[in-house]
Amino acid sequence: MGLLIDQRNMIARRAAREILPGMTVNLGIGIPEMVADFLPSEWNVMFHSVNGILGVGPFPVQGEENAHLSNAGGTPVTLHSGASFFDSSVAYGMVRSGRVDVAFLGALQVSQRGDLANWIVPGKRVYGIGGGPELARYAKKVIVLMSHLNEMNEPKILRECELPLSAKSCVDMIITERAVIEVTKQGLCLTEVMYPYSLEEVVTKTGAPLIISEYLQMVD
Amino acid sequence: MVSKLISIEEAVDQVRDGIRLMVGGFGGIGTPVSLIDMILQKGIQDLTLIGNDAGFADQGVGKLISHERVKRLLTTHIGSNPDAGRQMMEGKLEVLFYPQGILAEKIRAGGVGLPAILVEPDVGIGPSQQEQLVRYAGKNYVIEPALTADVGIVYAKQADTYGNLIYEKAARNINPLVAMAGKITIAEVEEILPAGELNPEHIVTPGIFVNYIVRTSGGMGEWGF
Repeated sequence: MGLLIDQRNMIARRAAREILPGMTVNLGIGIPEMVADFLPSEWNVMFHSVNGILGVGPFPVQGEENAHLSNAGGTPVTLHSGASFFDSSVAYGMVRSGRVDVAFLGALQVSQRGDLANWIVPGKRVYGIGGGPELARYAKKVIVLMSHLNEMNEPKILRECELPLSAKSCVDMIITERAVIEVTKQGLCLTEVMYPYSLEEVVTKTGAPLIISEYLQMVD
Repeated sequence: MVSKLISIEEAVDQVRDGIRLMVGGFGGIGTPVSLIDMILQKGIQDLTLIGNDAGFADQGVGKLISHERVKRLLTTHIGSNPDAGRQMMEGKLEVLFYPQGILAEKIRAGGVGLPAILVEPDVGIGPSQQEQLVRYAGKNYVIEPALTADVGIVYAKQADTYGNLIYEKAARNINPLVAMAGKITIAEVEEILPAGELNPEHIVTPGIFVNYIVRTSGGMGEWGF
């Protein structure tokens, strides 16, 4: 299901609440790119981009884009104070050595154990493995930002991923336009239901059992 | 000192049918577009292409794929070029995917004379692609061979005539790695100065890695946004 811009913004705004001042955060392609717009710059969050930037700033105003300054998704960006440039091997060195606090990734499917599929729909569309496996393996916390349903209106959160995996047991949290779900050892735990959806509309459109948190919030 | 500056046409004489060609750039940014245009114009084919991504349909490095000049592609992401996915599914293009950081590190290893790198299993390399497992310090690793190329082509903001290179912003990406991994490296550059004019503290790629420099005919960033 294609999301409206308001829904994408809502997911990004909710995702930003998982970030604390001073963190180093990687933003993947798609909705994750929008997260930086929802944080106060004085928090000094350093956004990491695998094409070789630490300190990605907000999107530039139209007409002030720089042809040589984009994030890993190819979208023009600006720089935060303290930013640096480096090559892609150093960018992944930061990831592999455990210096990235949170990675926000897009996904095609996520399983109840936190398996991630985000690189190929066999016979239909090949995206490529990209940086997902390494970010998923080495970032301290991995949060998937995606639509709750696919283009056929089928659940993307499943008992088992049907699509080839990018990484196993790596996702800690899933944020969609319908819900916030934590991946726990006991299974998927539903913590928030987003307006205007009902609890039932989340449960029936999720393809894996959900533990309903005792602190479940219905978010306006 | 002999200048490494030559014409784009002369430089592309190094690129022959069937070679392993490594290309700098990431999502279109920092791609040596003038060299790619000349390779296309000269009718070079059957290339093994090594690069971060497949570019865009008929743009940048994507032109070589859209025009079916590539038989084998070692890369990490092709989602922005539907021609690559289509040729892959039709069996016209062999694609080997590597996780992005592993690909970058394989290229770096090739450039600095290391035979291979060790990577953790289960970080996105399919079992069929895993060449050899090794046990080191109590853990299992996959031996990932280093990557080199017959010719590497890169984009830089500034060069001196010795071939020292300085990049610009995110146009650096994998360019400094590719610059080291080619038996022959050609740099496409915006601004070329006499040797001695660049501050040695600012040089990212030392000229020892660069065989030829050519002046870009422009066109960077035309599709970035």
